[in-house]
Amino acid sequence: MSKEENTANRPDNTAFTQQRLPAWQPMLSAGIVIPGFVIIGVAFIGIGVALFVTSQNIQVLEKDYTGIETNSSCFKCTNPRVKNCNCTINFSLDKLFEGPVFVYYGLSNYFQNYRKYGASKDAAQLTGDLAYFTEPSTSCVPYQRDAKNKPIVPCGSIANSMFNDTFKLFQIVNSGNVAVPLDGKGIAWWTDYNIKYRNPTTNPLKNAFNDTVKPIFWPRPAYELDTTNAANNGFINQDFLVWMRRSALPNFRKLYRRITEGEYAKGLPAGDYALVIGYNYPVKAFDGRKKVVFSNVSWMGGKNQFLGIAYLVIGSLCVVMSIVMLIVYAKFKFPDEE
Amino acid sequence: MLVRHIFPVSSLFSLGGDESRVDSRTIYVGHRPSTTEAFIPPKFCDNRIVSSKYTVWNFLPKNLFEQFRRIANFYFLIIFLVQVIVDTPTSPVTSGLPLFFVITVTAIKQGYEDWLRHKADNEVNKYPVTVLENGRRMGTESEKIKVGDVVEVNEDETFPCDLILLQSTRDDDTCFVTTASLDGESNHKTHYTVPDTEKDLDSLSATIECEQPQPDLYKFVGRMHIYKTDREPEIRSLGPENLLLKGATLKNTQRICGVAVYTGMETKMALNYQGKSQKRSAVEKSINAFLLVYLCILVSKALVCTTLKYVWQSKPGQDEPWYNQKTQREKETNLYLKMFTDFLSFMVLFNFIIPVSMYVTVEMQKFLGSFFITWDRDFYDPEIQEGALVNTSDLNEELGQVEYVFTDKTGTLTQNNMEFIECCIDGFQYKYRDAVSELDGFSATDGPVSKLQEKAGKEREELFLRALCLCHTVQVKDMAGVDGMEGCPPPHEQTGFIASSPDEVALVKGAMRYGFTFLGMESKKMKIMNRSNAIETYDLLHVLNFDPVRRRMSVIVRSKSGDALLFCKGADSSIFPRVRQEEVEKIRVHVERNATEGYRTLCVAYKKLSPEEYARADADLQAARLALQDREEKLIAVYNQVEAGMTLIGATAVEDRLQEEAAETMEALQGAGIKVWVLTGDKMETAKSTCYACRLFQRGTELLELTVRTLEDGVRKREERLHDLLLEYHKKAVQDVPPTKGWSKPSQDFGFIIDGASLSMVFNSSESSSSHYKNLFLQICQNCTTVLCCRMAPLQKAQIVKMVKCSKGSPITLSIGDGANDVSMILEAHVGIGIKGKEGRQAVRNSDYAIPKLKHLKKLLLGHGHLYYVRIAHLVQYFFYKNLCFILPQFLYQFFCGYSQQPLYDAAYLTMYNICFTSMPILAYSLLEQHICVEVLLDNATLYRSIAKNAMLRWVPFLYWTLLGVFHGLLFFFGVRFLFGNPALQANGQVFGNWSYGTIVFTVLVFTVTFKLALDTRHWTWINHFVIWGSLCFYVIFSFFWGGIIWPFLKQQRLYYVFAHMLSSASAWLVIVLLILLSLLPDILLVVLRKSSTAFLPRGRPLSSCCRRRPALTASPGVTEVSPSPCFLLHCPPPNTDHDYHSCSSLVCFATPLACFLPDCFCPPYGNVHYHLHPLNSTSR
Repeated sequence: MSKEENTANRPDNTAFTQQRLPAWQPMLSAGIVIPGFVIIGVAFIGIGVALFVTSQNIQVLEKDYTGIETNSSCFKCTNPRVKNCNCTINFSLDKLFEGPVFVYYGLSNYFQNYRKYGASKDAAQLTGDLAYFTEPSTSCVPYQRDAKNKPIVPCGSIANSMFNDTFKLFQIVNSGNVAVPLDGKGIAWWTDYNIKYRNPTTNPLKNAFNDTVKPIFWPRPAYELDTTNAANNGFINQDFLVWMRRSALPNFRKLYRRITEGEYAKGLPAGDYALVIGYNYPVKAFDGRKKVVFSNVSWMGGKNQFLGIAYLVIGSLCVVMSIVMLIVYAKFKFPDEE
Repeated sequence: MLVRHIFPVSSLFSLGGDESRVDSRTIYVGHRPSTTEAFIPPKFCDNRIVSSKYTVWNFLPKNLFEQFRRIANFYFLIIFLVQVIVDTPTSPVTSGLPLFFVITVTAIKQGYEDWLRHKADNEVNKYPVTVLENGRRMGTESEKIKVGDVVEVNEDETFPCDLILLQSTRDDDTCFVTTASLDGESNHKTHYTVPDTEKDLDSLSATIECEQPQPDLYKFVGRMHIYKTDREPEIRSLGPENLLLKGATLKNTQRICGVAVYTGMETKMALNYQGKSQKRSAVEKSINAFLLVYLCILVSKALVCTTLKYVWQSKPGQDEPWYNQKTQREKETNLYLKMFTDFLSFMVLFNFIIPVSMYVTVEMQKFLGSFFITWDRDFYDPEIQEGALVNTSDLNEELGQVEYVFTDKTGTLTQNNMEFIECCIDGFQYKYRDAVSELDGFSATDGPVSKLQEKAGKEREELFLRALCLCHTVQVKDMAGVDGMEGCPPPHEQTGFIASSPDEVALVKGAMRYGFTFLGMESKKMKIMNRSNAIETYDLLHVLNFDPVRRRMSVIVRSKSGDALLFCKGADSSIFPRVRQEEVEKIRVHVERNATEGYRTLCVAYKKLSPEEYARADADLQAARLALQDREEKLIAVYNQVEAGMTLIGATAVEDRLQEEAAETMEALQGAGIKVWVLTGDKMETAKSTCYACRLFQRGTELLELTVRTLEDGVRKREERLHDLLLEYHKKAVQDVPPTKGWSKPSQDFGFIIDGASLSMVFNSSESSSSHYKNLFLQICQNCTTVLCCRMAPLQKAQIVKMVKCSKGSPITLSIGDGANDVSMILEAHVGIGIKGKEGRQAVRNSDYAIPKLKHLKKLLLGHGHLYYVRIAHLVQYFFYKNLCFILPQFLYQFFCGYSQQPLYDAAYLTMYNICFTSMPILAYSLLEQHICVEVLLDNATLYRSIAKNAMLRWVPFLYWTLLGVFHGLLFFFGVRFLFGNPALQANGQVFGNWSYGTIVFTVLVFTVTFKLALDTRHWTWINHFVIWGSLCFYVIFSFFWGGIIWPFLKQQRLYYVFAHMLSSASAWLVIVLLILLSLLPDILLVVLRKSSTAFLPRGRPLSSCCRRRPALTASPGVTEVSPSPCFLLHCPPPNTDHDYHSCSSLVCFATPLACFLPDCFCPPYGNVHYHLHPLNSTSR
């Protein structure tokens, strides 16, 4: 037989076809594993300590103002018939609350992650597309049109249920109240404010909302959300944006304001404070709670003990395991290490 | 199945008058009606071969229909439809796209395969042929041939349909045919024209009456009526020797003409291609079982969620809080309908737990993986210049699960390369001393027969040699000059003879060495050259063909002197009863001695027929040959009658050498815990000696015999004796044997021998006892290391395979054989292996895998099979695992979102998870993984036992993977849940929302799942690196891209910058790292511990270290050399046989139960295996 035929039938002698590709066999021998575990353990403990210390240094002040208890100052406001109710919560700080201080409001048993609720908005409308002002998406039902069949802008459950309690903070100095300036800028994601949500280009903005009605539960239309700052109105109102980013869990907090201006930028000095709450948002019906949270943040965000503890636990676990392994290995020396 | 056309046969032809002949067809040769008959052209199918399944037009609907018949695909279709119809949490795209992907890939694969079939069909159907039509030669295409056409075929062409040979250019009215492509027999077969047909085909007026098409290649019954104007119609019988089969090739004959009898799909070839049943691997059964479990999990998840939803909603204020009021329609919907819709929605939400892409990945893995068998150069045989052949890729992993190997002997264990060793004439032994050197030196005076003791009389010697020269069907290869070389010895070329069986050639060549040379046959005259170089001529009167039932063949010749002589040769068992008994004894000694030495023995007898005897025999034979009904039976009856009262002359011994490395291969298989059964048609002594030679039987093996010989010992009836023997053996081999420990060798080896006759007694005894006997028989067999079944008919082989296959535990069986007689068992067994041997391609064609040599079986099973099994088992488990931990967080999220079916992940992630992010690494793993390198696998046959009984796909490993999935899922979800205790995770105090939550979980998921695979990968080639790191990179890049652009076609930009924001948060990074590490920690620990345990193989070489050199794994029986370790030892006691049985030396296994579920652990499987567990301290001190 000719040689060509011989080679034609014969399978190729390549590393791939013969399953002989050069390969690396990971060898997790004791010499690698024990030091590896020690290093990981030590690193984790280090990170854990850093996280824990950082978290410990974050100051948090939480005040529940739902007004369930009858002696609470906000109890009077829980009656749905009371309109424009204000209540005041007093608190005192014994030491400087380091700045910048962030003010959050927190809701519990509030299901922003409800599927139908989450779908109840018109994304096109919120990008400023005027076509959807007159014809909001059917996903907004039952907040698509009002009783007179006028389109609601912004439509849908999320927008309609926007949080509308207001907070004013005063420092009580010599029986006089000094207002602490609350900064409403920079509380929403930059990309939400600048790209994702857009107002219609109509000038003035009010005209775009002709023939539409405000969401049923809103006191003011969208273009008047912030009377002090024209750039903070419509769909790019920062409070609105914060609200529209749905929370992941039923107990959540959202950023309300930052204290970044004036003498309070360095923090809230020790002393007495009064928090005046414009109590509008009903939560009793679904057994919810409302709270206001003052907190400063670190590089890891807000106070969160979980990460630090978890890192410490896992780190120590690794170290303990490496010690156990070391003992075992020392007792029964491994042949491959001889 | 066979399609029967029933059409009336005119009473004129029904001469026999039997009614059953409705099942026959009438063919008008050349479409010329017989004169007496109104010509109704009967309808037959055309000559088109259709092996393809689809046409261009019906491909789409038919293929889709076929695909959706598969339960999994149908399930996904339903899910998809539910998503389209009902308002569900995820868009139909999420399940539609993967389904589309799967369907498309499968359709492309099947379409391609069908296209190949179309191409092959066309090649056959468009083949140009010549048809004689009213004297003119018409060129046409093969597919246009009709039944009744007279077709002309030239030399080296294949027959386009089944033809009855009418005319040949050879003067002896024969033609030679090779059926290599049909049954693979490459020898030339002689076919005969219908005797006395007209030389002028145009004037031939005839009809052929023959049976309806049937798939048996070697059976054909028919008759031809030839009409002549002036005479009564003549009748000729037609047999298989007149039938030329489609697919066979014309050889050594210039041209033939034949009439088409069976065309197209009714040809014997086409009928034989059909009915090959689809074999399914056991792994697929496991997959289906797991699928069922997951389906239950899915349904229960959906049920739990639906129930809890309504329980939760019943609390005041929860159902419809003021901020989330219902639409009018929702309020109006019936409560139960709402519940049902909710249930469906949950099903849709969780449906990803059933891995849609698993089937396609498994299929791809099998398809691509099988190439490695084809490509393996170790399977390449330079002799036949071919490598292994994979006929089905569905059974790759089954090769790693074989428990029983059924092997043929001749051609499989042995080479089927016959060599004449010695003969015995009248009880005197003649041994040919040195075949090569004395070949030229023989002369008539001192005789070529070397004298060992005494010589038989010269007359007897010559009679014996004449018998060898005449009693065969060998042909001399048509070589120029053979006829003209009178007086000169013909060339002693190895290829000089053609015969259907190699023994015949060996015998003729043997006779040649002793001075009697067969010169060939010319027009029914056999010419031989005797010792004195004189030519003797004999008229060949009859050939009484060989068949495996009679186990003998005879010729009747007429010598110059006018005597009719019958020469018969055959197996001793079939000859001895037919000769005069006083001659038997002296020859029997030799025959039995030869048989124990492993030679094939044949006895030769003769008989002188008186003219009256001959006349009667001749008449009977003719009559039987003409019979249309029961021709076979009648012929056999006549044969038996003629072959009686013969005189025994002598016996021959032919050696059939063992295949290369046959013994080593068998030893390796036994070391691998595989039971080897030899099923052969050969006689017991020969087979037994082969077994000894292959080391299947060893010196210490106690043989239990259940043969005709042992059954006929006493005076009692066979039936009783059978009963007693079975009980006795059962007691010996089953009851009295102490339960074996682990895989250790039992104290006493048993070998069981049974022959065909006894077997049929076991199977066919009376109703009640049959199952009892079968049971006993099976139990005995299963306790024997080797079972030898001799004198098996092909069907009995299949019966045995079936019996074992259906026995308790349904073990995986493998049949290996090379000949047509092995086809039935090859088809019956789970895995059929064909050897590309001398006996042709029939076995290869019907096999699932074909290899050139027996020795390749070792690598096929121990190497490829083991790897494939580990790969696919890991693939399946991993797929279920990764989908479980994918969906579990989504399930848990329902508890935190008011059971509102809120998806945790974005739709893109839901869709892409199985298709893009996690599919490639596991595919690469399942193609390339070598957790132990092939060399080590081959050297340590015992490793094969570690995966026996589907060890990696049993419920325990499945539970391990499921628990791992649950653990990971819980960890992912709750880890992030605790992090989100305070969602202000960014350094600027801003908060994360629900999509950030899902993205963090998903990122942890993708990385963990991929790293888990990376941890399991023992064999990192650049491809593994590429796909593993590539998949992760792809995920990151995709996420950036997906969240980085306002996608114009999307309604909602839910993930806009979510991923980037996540990466900007240090806490998110930290939690991702933490969760990945924590998830993998148990696995890392296991790997470390397992590593340390595998380090204790002999010489401390870790198994997983793949070595390019063969590792020096020398035998070290016992555990004494093994160093102490913190784990436990599993050891096999040193073998008690004196053979160098080294495979079971010492095997270490870590005793942590979990370690056993992982691919690297070499623990024998669960079930009937016991462990020797010693804390190592005690063994080392």
